[in-house]
Amino acid sequence: MAQLSYREAVARGIAQEMARDERVVLIGEDVAGAGGVFKTTGGLLDRFGPRRVIDTPIAEQAILGAAMGAAMTGLRPVAEIMFSDFFAVCWDLVVNEMAKTRYMTDGQVTLPLVVKSGNGGGLRFGAQHSQSIENWAMAVPGLKVVTPSTPEDVVGLMAAAVRSDDPVLFFEHKGLYSSKADVPEGEIVDELGTAKVRRPGRDATVLALGLMVPRALAAAEALAARGIDVEVVDVRSLVPLDTATILASVGRTGRLFTVEENPRLLGWGAEIVSIVGEEAFWDLDGPIVRITTPHVPLPSADSLEDLVLPSAERIEQEIAKALGE
Amino acid sequence: MRVPLEEHRYGDHPVVLPPEDPTALDGADVSRETRLRLYRLLQELRQFEKRAYDLFMQGLVKGTSHLSLGMEAVAAGFGAAMREDDYTFATYRGHAHTLARGVPMEPVLAELLGRANGLMSGKGGSMHLTSVEHGVMGSYAIIGAHLTIANGAAWSAQYRGSGQVAVCFFGDGTTNIGAFHEALNYAAVFALPVVFVCENNLYMEYTAIRDITAVERPAADRASAYGLEPVAVDGNDADACYLAATDALEHARSGKGPVLVEALTYRHGGHSRADPGKYKPPGELEAWLAYDPLTVYRGRLERLGVATEDIEPIDREVAAAVDTATEAAKAGPLPDPGSAFTDVYADGGHSWRN
Ligand SMILES: Cc1ncc(C[n+]2csc(CCOP(=O)(O)OP(=O)(O)O)c2C)c(N)n1
Repeated sequence: MAQLSYREAVARGIAQEMARDERVVLIGEDVAGAGGVFKTTGGLLDRFGPRRVIDTPIAEQAILGAAMGAAMTGLRPVAEIMFSDFFAVCWDLVVNEMAKTRYMTDGQVTLPLVVKSGNGGGLRFGAQHSQSIENWAMAVPGLKVVTPSTPEDVVGLMAAAVRSDDPVLFFEHKGLYSSKADVPEGEIVDELGTAKVRRPGRDATVLALGLMVPRALAAAEALAARGIDVEVVDVRSLVPLDTATILASVGRTGRLFTVEENPRLLGWGAEIVSIVGEEAFWDLDGPIVRITTPHVPLPSADSLEDLVLPSAERIEQEIAKALGE
Repeated sequence: MRVPLEEHRYGDHPVVLPPEDPTALDGADVSRETRLRLYRLLQELRQFEKRAYDLFMQGLVKGTSHLSLGMEAVAAGFGAAMREDDYTFATYRGHAHTLARGVPMEPVLAELLGRANGLMSGKGGSMHLTSVEHGVMGSYAIIGAHLTIANGAAWSAQYRGSGQVAVCFFGDGTTNIGAFHEALNYAAVFALPVVFVCENNLYMEYTAIRDITAVERPAADRASAYGLEPVAVDGNDADACYLAATDALEHARSGKGPVLVEALTYRHGGHSRADPGKYKPPGELEAWLAYDPLTVYRGRLERLGVATEDIEPIDREVAAAVDTATEAAKAGPLPDPGSAFTDVYADGGHSWRN
């Protein structure tokens, strides 16, 4: 076991798959020579060469089009959109082209491709470089949507994304890039559509994604000190969604909290809440609570960004309050 | 390029005419066999689309559909010049490009009729014709994106060393969208084996292209800005299109990078089913009918001494094939309702949760 940062884990996951399968290729702005603006693709050019690791022009539509056309004709590309906010300039390729092609062609065209991107806030980058957009993608039939929260999950879920025959949007959380953890040596392959119980608990289920996972875990520790024992479930994958793990957890605890970085309106938590309301209503012992960013773009100043993004303290307080402490 | 780049002016608005003398390529190096093949293709595309129009009028084709009556020479010329494993990327105006790759008429008509024997079993419709088996990698209804996707197929061909070329058709209106510009630079910088074919039919939907574009040739005039040779051809002359296609494909296949071809042509009808084309100046259609691709080509065959007995059976055979395909398409069952829920994901289903 060696310590690996989340950013190094991205490169390790891609390298693992490139070494295994010659069809796996990587394109994006600054991904080759510079190793990525977030240093998530460092060393790949040296190891796999300029035929397989390619710096592109600043042309997000051209990048995603190239990935899609290559995927439909025999390659398994990984394309990078530097900041997830930039999906807005190539959204046509994502929602109208990648997502619908298999359906419209009656299964003739398969698109084994991954679009990786730096998602989320917390780094004071301001409203155009900090959004969490996983809920945009979640609403579109035909896409898979993944957001790992630990280095080990990054490696395993990247491998699973590359091996998936569907277009996968792989959201790396920018706020987690420098976080480190032990990661086993050797090949790691995870499974898309699986949530993980990060911390078992009796009193309530807390669902979180990406940067909100470590914050929910910190809140859980603080709550434990106050005698409240919550279970933290890392959702990991929004599409496919592991409702079995979520419903089972709610069945054990009887209470549900979702912790989302999305702006509140139509965040992914709303969908999960509705599933739980429809399918596990009688398991609930009290109201469901959604802890979210308010309906605002992200501000830049430290004090303001910290105010709107759910913090461990806010998560702790809201849970404690709802559980009647 | 064997087809010289001419300084064609499109003529003065409002009536615009095609650039070339229809006899100009009578002596071109095209075999008799190829010419008869081109003629048959022109007939197939023409008669197929006339039938599609009749089926609209009978209310059997729903939604919308975009015909390329008058523009057949481009699809025929490229279809005849392409290698069997080359890729076609078409637009919503893609019936002709699809048929020109050898896709049979019946599944295409059945798709227009929303039947289970349709090319995509009724899930795609007129604007999304796809037949991977024939290299038709899709018909794209949002302007511009497919130029970038064609690059991807070309990149994959280059990577695999397969020698395939991706040919991407689009309209003049498409040259004003960002993806066109992104795609050209991207293809040029990576020397991708892709051929971009602009079918300049003078209109972007309901607006004349020259009223909304600052250059005279919307595609060719911009080629050099991306490091490409400008190539303009008479898009109503199937030989011109065939020769330009042969050259462009050879250029791209030999690793010399992308080619942009602008074919000047004219659509006889409106933009889509709902459009009577009232914005066209009086006399324009009539003037262009003299340059109709079928008239041009039939005239050439006759000047070259091809006997009527060799030409007319083609017309009759194609007419019979269209009739047969129509009856078979109409006889097709409606799609299985369950098929609405298949193939959202690669496991064949639509489930997004376990
Ligand atoms: C991004 C986008 N904007 C607008 C449209 C609506 N639209 C459909 S066809 C068309 C005109 C396209 O003209 P052109 O590229 O010249 O192709 P043509 O129809 O002449 O073959 C427009 C504006 C669209 N499909 N996609």
